[in-house]
Amino acid sequence: MKRFEKAVVVGASSGLGRAIALQLAQAGSTVVAVARREDRLRELAETRPGRILPLMHDVTRTEEVPRAFEDACRMAAGLDLIVYSAGVMPPVGPTEFDTAKDLRIFAVNVLGAMAWLNQAAERFQQAGHGAIVGIGSVAGDRGRRGQPAYNASKAALHAYLEALRNRLHARGVSVATFKPGPMRTEMTAHLSLRNAMDPEVAAAKILEKAHVSGEHYLSLGHRLAFAVLRNLPSSVFRRLPV
Amino acid sequence: MKVEGRLARLCGFGMTAAADAYLFQPTCEDDLRELLRLARRTGRKVLLRGAGRSYGDAAILPEAIAIGLERLNRILSWDPSTGLLVAEAGVTIGDLWRFTLQDGWWPPVVSGTMYPTLGGAVAMNIHGKNAFRAGTIGEHLEWLDVMDTTGVVHRLEPSAAGFRAVVGGAGLAGIIVRAALRMKRVPSGDLRVYAQAVDNWDQQFEVFERFAHDADYLVSWVDCFARGRSAGRGLIHAAWYAEGSSATLRTEHQDLPDTVLGLVPKSVVWRVLKLLNRRSAMRLLNATKYRLGTVIGNGKTEHQSLVAFSFLLDYVPNWRWAYLPGGFIQYQSFVPKETARWVFENQIALQQERRLESFLGVLKRHRPDPCLISHGVDGFSLALDFKVTPSNRDRLWELAHEMNELVLEAGGRFYLAKDSTLRPEDLRRWLGPNLEEWRLWRRRFDPDGLLVSSLGLRTGLIEP
Ligand SMILES: Cc1cc2nc3c(=O)[nH]c(=O)nc-3n(C[C@H](O)[C@H](O)[C@H](O)COP(=O)(O)OP(=O)(O)OC[C@H]3O[C@@H](n4cnc5c(N)ncnc54)[C@H](O)[C@@H]3O)c2cc1C
Ligand SMILES: NC(=O)c1ccc[n+]([C@@H]2O[C@H](COP(=O)([O-])OP(=O)(O)OC[C@H]3O[C@@H](n4cnc5c(N)ncnc54)[C@H](OP(=O)(O)O)[C@@H]3O)[C@@H](O)[C@H]2O)c1
Repeated sequence: MKRFEKAVVVGASSGLGRAIALQLAQAGSTVVAVARREDRLRELAETRPGRILPLMHDVTRTEEVPRAFEDACRMAAGLDLIVYSAGVMPPVGPTEFDTAKDLRIFAVNVLGAMAWLNQAAERFQQAGHGAIVGIGSVAGDRGRRGQPAYNASKAALHAYLEALRNRLHARGVSVATFKPGPMRTEMTAHLSLRNAMDPEVAAAKILEKAHVSGEHYLSLGHRLAFAVLRNLPSSVFRRLPV
Repeated sequence: MKVEGRLARLCGFGMTAAADAYLFQPTCEDDLRELLRLARRTGRKVLLRGAGRSYGDAAILPEAIAIGLERLNRILSWDPSTGLLVAEAGVTIGDLWRFTLQDGWWPPVVSGTMYPTLGGAVAMNIHGKNAFRAGTIGEHLEWLDVMDTTGVVHRLEPSAAGFRAVVGGAGLAGIIVRAALRMKRVPSGDLRVYAQAVDNWDQQFEVFERFAHDADYLVSWVDCFARGRSAGRGLIHAAWYAEGSSATLRTEHQDLPDTVLGLVPKSVVWRVLKLLNRRSAMRLLNATKYRLGTVIGNGKTEHQSLVAFSFLLDYVPNWRWAYLPGGFIQYQSFVPKETARWVFENQIALQQERRLESFLGVLKRHRPDPCLISHGVDGFSLALDFKVTPSNRDRLWELAHEMNELVLEAGGRFYLAKDSTLRPEDLRRWLGPNLEEWRLWRRRFDPDGLLVSSLGLRTGLIEP
């Protein structure tokens, strides 16, 4: 794992983001942990006093992001890595079309990501240094029956990150998109998942390649399966039990 | 002035320490005052930076307002009859000699590279290969203009008490804006350089002391891989100002050629060095250099231009890139003459034991200097360059701390311009009561502690 001295993890109060923050701190990074739930962040910070620094913030308040970003950089005394892991996937009924819910998904998964990563991109392009990591999902590879807005939000995030990668390539800034499959976290607690990955395992895989620009699946199986799935015609894809 | 769009990655010369800061390059004193106000307004600290030629973290600080002084670079007056030159802090050592050599004057003290600024040189109180005769650069100043962090400029002469705190104060005790420097009269642009190979530590010190009585410059290279009876072997160069024609004073005579050995373009040399930059090859290279030194030119004298002798390292552009990706640190300790041999012998033995040998060792002779943060001793310094890799980093720092112990036990000193590894406990033992006295002066020039550097924080020079 490449050593990042100073990192910000957005969405660090639970699940994957928490595991990433912890592993970074264990490897010696100073980590600013961003999320809404204060109690969770404090509990996390206490596991590594001085190494993990909590910052309460709601990513849907995009107008507050520039200030929060500046505060985070000051708290960490610089920035080498930003990980955007905040995300929501509320349950959606098979016949439900709830615009307010869909907009909330987009607010966290896409607009919040753009607000934070735009700040990071601007900073990193000036400094000619830095790594951006966005947590996408295999769910963004296709539009599935179960989660239209979530799928679309991850697809939008992937495209946005690809564009950032292409913009920042010449400035020595890496942009990595990770597409995890199912993980056992609060987000999926209500689902009965088979073959789900532990967030700690996913976090280790992500940090291993955090500085490598490109799109990454977390297993070879996923890489191969989704190479096929991505190219299936819709008429075939809709018949699959996914 | 705004911080937006100003972020820049600042790096120490050894490329092991870096930080992002908001970089401004003011051109006048009013801009400096405006930047001090900006720092207060935005609640940020101020970092002073010259040409960034310090090896470690002296000229970096994350998230700071970094004031780069390179554009405050006018030569304000020059009197070729007395040799007194007044210049702004950002002029470089290269600017200085180019300006005065035609009139027969050379900077009284120069570092091994001509890129440092006058402000950076004074802030670190640099020494040259003539340190045993000429001392440090601070001893050649007629006066200094220093801006405190309220924006007031003070003229300090060497007799002023604060002078001893600003010179050598590592950019943490006021902003040097101008200085009056007494240049050194030279008979020509050439030196007479005598080379002698020495087989071991005994000979190193013996020959050094022999030449220290009358040479103008004196330096030795040490093979840090040699052990047993060959330990301490190397090549000594002693130089004297030479008589010569006035043509030697011209810039064309001094400028370094574009190729190495008349063939290889200088710009590619670092790539070749990079291939060789590992322990096995360096062991061989050091041994070969020594062997060649015992046959070619040994015991002989030749003429060399002042620039070629003084700035050998500038000959190969970007040579430091040979140490990428991990960079390198320099470790230089200064030890009284009575104990120097014991310390250096043990430092090198320790490196060999750990298989962490320095790829380059340079020995110089010094004399005490009057500053509060002072590296000068009546003795010797040994400068060592260590390649840093992810796998040796921790062991290297541990080695440095063990070497510090030897130095401190022997009453030795350190040098902040080169330092990457000192800890607060080492610094306190080195500086003793001078530390508190220096901090008093720092408070005079910087009452609210605006001036900070990563080195200042790491070493505990300033309280956080
Ligand atoms: C190849 C090489 C060879 C060298 N050889 C020698 C040598 O032989 N002898 C020797 O003594 N040194 C040597 N040095 C070290 C070098 O001379 C010093 O580090 C010097 O301070 C560099 O000056 P700079 O302008 O680059 O300053 P920087 O490295 O940018 O800054 C040095 C310090 O000065 C402070 N500073 C800079 N400008 C000002 C100002 N205007 N007012 C107040 N503070 C200021 C900074 O805050 C910092 O603490 C060598 C360095 C290199 C890279
Ligand atoms: N779990 C999976 O199966 C799976 C699969 C693929 C991809 N992913 C993706 O992985 C990422 C992490 O998810 P997870 O599984 O770790 O879920 P999780 O445990 O629910 O964590 C989500 C994190 O996002 C934060 N967050 C949510 N809304 C926020 C807001 N408005 N402002 C600030 N932070 C907010 C949460 O913090 P607060 O609630 O404290 O604000 C929490 O820290 C998400 O992007 C998700 O889409 C998950």
